[in-house]
Amino acid sequence: MLPEVARLLPPTGVRRGSTIAVTGSTSLLLALLAGPSAAGAWCAVVGVPTLGAAAAAEAGVVIDRLALVPSPGRQWAETVAALVDGVDVVVARPPARLAAGLARRLAARVRDRGCVLVSAGSWDGAELTVSATGAQWHGVESGYGRLRSCRLDVRVVGRGSAARPRQGEMWLPAYDRPAVDLPIAQVPSSVELAPVAGTPIPVTELPPLEAVG
Amino acid sequence: MSERAAVRRLAVWCPDWPVTAAILAGAVSADTSIPVALFAANRVLACSAAARAVGIRRDLRRREAQSRCPELVVVGHDPDRDARFFEPVVVAVESSAPGVEVVRPGLAAVAARGPSRYYGGDAATARQLAGGIACAAGIFARVGVADGLLAATLAAQHPGSSHPVDEPVVVPAGGSAAFLAGRPVGALNRPDLADLLRRLGIRTLSDFAALPAYDVAGRFGADGADARRLARGLDIQPIAAREPSPDLIARTVFDPPVLRVDAAAFAAKALAADFHDRLTGRGLGCLRLGIVAHTSRGEELTRLWRHEGALSAKAVADRVRWQLDGWLTDAARVGTPPGQETGHRGDTGLDESIDSTDGIADLALVPDQLVPYAGAQLSLWTATSGGAAIGPMTGWHTDEEADERADRALTRVQGLLGPDAVLTAVPDGGRGPGEAVSLVPWGDPRVPARIPPRTAADRPGATPHWAGRIPAPSPATVFTRPELATITDAHGRTVGVTGRATVTAPPAYLDGQQIVAWTGPWPIDERWWDPAAARRRARFQVVTADGFARLLAVEGGRWWIEAVYD
Repeated sequence: MLPEVARLLPPTGVRRGSTIAVTGSTSLLLALLAGPSAAGAWCAVVGVPTLGAAAAAEAGVVIDRLALVPSPGRQWAETVAALVDGVDVVVARPPARLAAGLARRLAARVRDRGCVLVSAGSWDGAELTVSATGAQWHGVESGYGRLRSCRLDVRVVGRGSAARPRQGEMWLPAYDRPAVDLPIAQVPSSVELAPVAGTPIPVTELPPLEAVG
Repeated sequence: MSERAAVRRLAVWCPDWPVTAAILAGAVSADTSIPVALFAANRVLACSAAARAVGIRRDLRRREAQSRCPELVVVGHDPDRDARFFEPVVVAVESSAPGVEVVRPGLAAVAARGPSRYYGGDAATARQLAGGIACAAGIFARVGVADGLLAATLAAQHPGSSHPVDEPVVVPAGGSAAFLAGRPVGALNRPDLADLLRRLGIRTLSDFAALPAYDVAGRFGADGADARRLARGLDIQPIAAREPSPDLIARTVFDPPVLRVDAAAFAAKALAADFHDRLTGRGLGCLRLGIVAHTSRGEELTRLWRHEGALSAKAVADRVRWQLDGWLTDAARVGTPPGQETGHRGDTGLDESIDSTDGIADLALVPDQLVPYAGAQLSLWTATSGGAAIGPMTGWHTDEEADERADRALTRVQGLLGPDAVLTAVPDGGRGPGEAVSLVPWGDPRVPARIPPRTAADRPGATPHWAGRIPAPSPATVFTRPELATITDAHGRTVGVTGRATVTAPPAYLDGQQIVAWTGPWPIDERWWDPAAARRRARFQVVTADGFARLLAVEGGRWWIEAVYD
């Protein structure tokens, strides 16, 4: 679990066998996946054809252990049930009308198999609902800059001991893992130095290049 | 346990087979003076004679190999290719001697007794086989004859310095134990066991064979006992040399018959798991795996693969895929037009190949020579996932069992929805938001689509640096089909981008929603050399009043939302 996510969750964290719901932000969902994935868990994402796999990799999800089932169609329930049997974290976007009985049966199966079901969308009876209530992207001004980081307002509502809503904010990408992948196109290949009147530019002799490696 | 003498065998070994296969596939030039080495996981797996002459050895790191020989041609290893091009060799052996078994691509074995009577002696049979392979497939192979597979293989591989290279090595009957005596324990092809034995001071096969059988079994388990039998020049003993009972055979029917390797390979995976379960469920393993297929015309194709009771379901599936690949590729290569095939086939003796017009109608996996299943016992000293638990969500199984469990679940979903429904992402090169990764079906080789294979082989898994890529962080939601949008300035006029990549007016509204910050345009002129695929666009990042950001693209005066940073 990433520290910035763990801070917002109840002290018990997310137990194996539980069903949680994440709403409002896909980045938040990926941030939740990153911890278990880095610890060696297998993840599968069902019914989210728009998931940006590059964003998942940048968030810290190990994409070698990430399987995508973009369009399960009518066999959504069978697909999720089959994945629950063998995959540690199953992310599923529930269909528009999910029968309450089916949701209960899936949750029971999750509890039995000891994996974690993360619903990308609200889920009745979820142990924990993590929702992004607001977002603010930073790094872009009018006409220049690039998107660098995002502050998410996160609200966590649980059941039982965690019933009291917790609210907080988190930054994505996290400060300790800054996104560094500058595109070449943005970096000028050569900089022309204009001579400033009166101050000659000191020309330093560069050492000859050495072959290394 | 009675000591039954080993079966006399001919081993056919093609030196540096992965290199030969790469040459046959056209991956490297056929010029033997060029040093070539194949790498797997950054270490030398096989190299050509020219490379060996300049000091390239197996297991050498790539950097070290290239420093010893800067002009070394580096090729990635492809087990499928090795198996595919070995099939003609096996067919050539089979045309001279029946009952050939493939130990691994590059090494095949056949029982010696029958052919030796027919051709008049072991040496004559060996010459016949080598000559047949040279004529039919144009490949140099060395043949060794001895009691037991291990001695025959070693005879083919290491004939001794005084022995002529193209003469077969014949170890006299009953002489296998003496032939093996001075060989190092590494020859057993069990690296872990050999390493342990060396550290115990047991360096040669005769030292190992001299240990008491009960002590070896007690210390090294069933596998160690088998290895000791091999070291003594004996065979691993099957419990029964009878026909396997029908319920051990895993069978599947293809309707319609399959012609494509990938379709057959997908079925092979499930079949291999079934086969594995049937055997292990009864506490059995098998020494050889028989792959039997019928074509839609009723021809039967069979091939034996060495199994040694140690192959996992996945390894069985690999062998089945290789074999199907060999048969189907052979069919495509022979490619006889209909109506002529009867005469043509009789001449070439390619009875085991199938015509390109008919496919494989059914496939069965038959265990041969049943042995008790010793199981893959987990090593006592190999640490399982250790480390301190940081939180309740750590402590996942990181071992192979978890991988296999996940693989089974995903394969089941593939069975439910079709092989293309389960995807996995591979880092790739590309400028668009969805192009930084490419999606490949689960179980297929994880090969990026847009990176040249050479680069991908040089730096497997490395995220490529692609000029003009959208800077990180990447959008978390990428539309498979971009959505049309309207971008207007403060006065409600549509914003455009000029040929010099400037905006006609600052964008102010996205579909009526206020834009609070924007950046761009980032012009992209892709594939201008190809009129059909050429695209000119400019991308923008905009932040709307709700705080979320979107990636927009303008092309031909129309605006699209490509992705959402949510």
